[in-house]
Amino acid sequence: MNGVFDLGGTDGLGPVVTQENEPVFRAEWEKPAFAMFASCFRAGLFNVDQFRHGIEKMDPAEYLLTNYYEHWVHTVEHYGEKSGLLDMAELEERTRFYLDNPDAPLPQREDPELLAFVDAAVKHGAPANRDSDKVAQFKVGDRVTIKADSPFGHTRRARYVRGRTGEITAAHGTYLYPDSAGNGGPDAPEHLYTVRFTNEELWGAETAEPNGVVYFDVWEPYFTLAS
Amino acid sequence: MAGPTDTRLNTQEEITARVKALEAMLIEKGIMTTEAVDRLAEIYENEVGPQLGAKVVARAWSDPEFKARLLADATAACAEMDISGLQGEEMIALENTDDVHNLVVCTLCSCYPWPVLGLPPNWYKAPPYRARIVREPRKVLAEDFGFVVPDSVEIRVWDSSSELRYWVLPKRPEGTEEMGTFDLAALVTRDSMIGVGPAASPSS
Repeated sequence: MNGVFDLGGTDGLGPVVTQENEPVFRAEWEKPAFAMFASCFRAGLFNVDQFRHGIEKMDPAEYLLTNYYEHWVHTVEHYGEKSGLLDMAELEERTRFYLDNPDAPLPQREDPELLAFVDAAVKHGAPANRDSDKVAQFKVGDRVTIKADSPFGHTRRARYVRGRTGEITAAHGTYLYPDSAGNGGPDAPEHLYTVRFTNEELWGAETAEPNGVVYFDVWEPYFTLAS
Repeated sequence: MAGPTDTRLNTQEEITARVKALEAMLIEKGIMTTEAVDRLAEIYENEVGPQLGAKVVARAWSDPEFKARLLADATAACAEMDISGLQGEEMIALENTDDVHNLVVCTLCSCYPWPVLGLPPNWYKAPPYRARIVREPRKVLAEDFGFVVPDSVEIRVWDSSSELRYWVLPKRPEGTEEMGTFDLAALVTRDSMIGVGPAASPSS
């Protein structure tokens, strides 16, 4: 989908504002918001690409103005509602309860398996490479053009590379395909490559900064050989 | 459902209550526990952070064979040091030299190499960096990070659009020839491994 989350090359957003010694979590609520990702992933509520797509579907004004972990809360709610796991009226009611009673305790539950999962997931992750018997159609050194059409749904084919031509600098093998997995489809593995674009190709010779390139990873269905 | 024309943002009190209500429901559904929240926070506050990447960089600066392995397969080289995992299942380290400066971004979301850098700082996740660093990296580095990269040095921006996780092996600072890996690691900043600054100088 074409959305505001696809930020590469957007002008007018102001300076990068850094903060010295920023804490990892800037508020207590960010901790459970962060932990919901791993917990709900384990429960099968979403895969990583679906998680991203839930964020992409946020109200765009809210997306630009809210704290990052509010995006995470949004996608958990999105899939909680969609799957029928969460009753949104109950969520509203319980939110009002905690607004009126901020010190009221949370329910308590023991789950040693979840704790073990957390440590194992942090240590080993969830690899995205997938076996496939598909033969790579392209090779390092090929000049390729990214398809310019605009798909609906989740894609990693950012707008600023669409229609642009670059050179393949690495071929990585087969990986789950976000445009399928992120839209509720199967992993549907595809070959993954890294493509190098010159600044001039991306932004035009008049405005491009000198002596620079951008590298962008693309799955095979994203591009064709340059003509 | 609220649309973009009637967006109303949550206050901190409201988002706190909202997350607590959501957490309560997920606990009751058997999906979360407060212990798991505490454990995850503990891991990324105290165990997994840029101090791990700094150890890898210091070793690469000191051990040419390790550096070669790191540049060939960062995931395997980090695993030698027991560094691995979530959001770094496949990592690629990019070497800065006198002629090439690398930096990392995720324009579509906020992908970041957690096993070596921990969780990203807020500016990395916020719109301005993601929007501008692919279009005017030299200007952003100079104006927003106070880091001037000469025009003679090529800037390579790596947009983390897949599950490969890129990070930067910064240049070893001058005047560190006699230093051991412990002291060297102290010079390796988070920003130098994102590529928005140099490693610290031993004199500063």
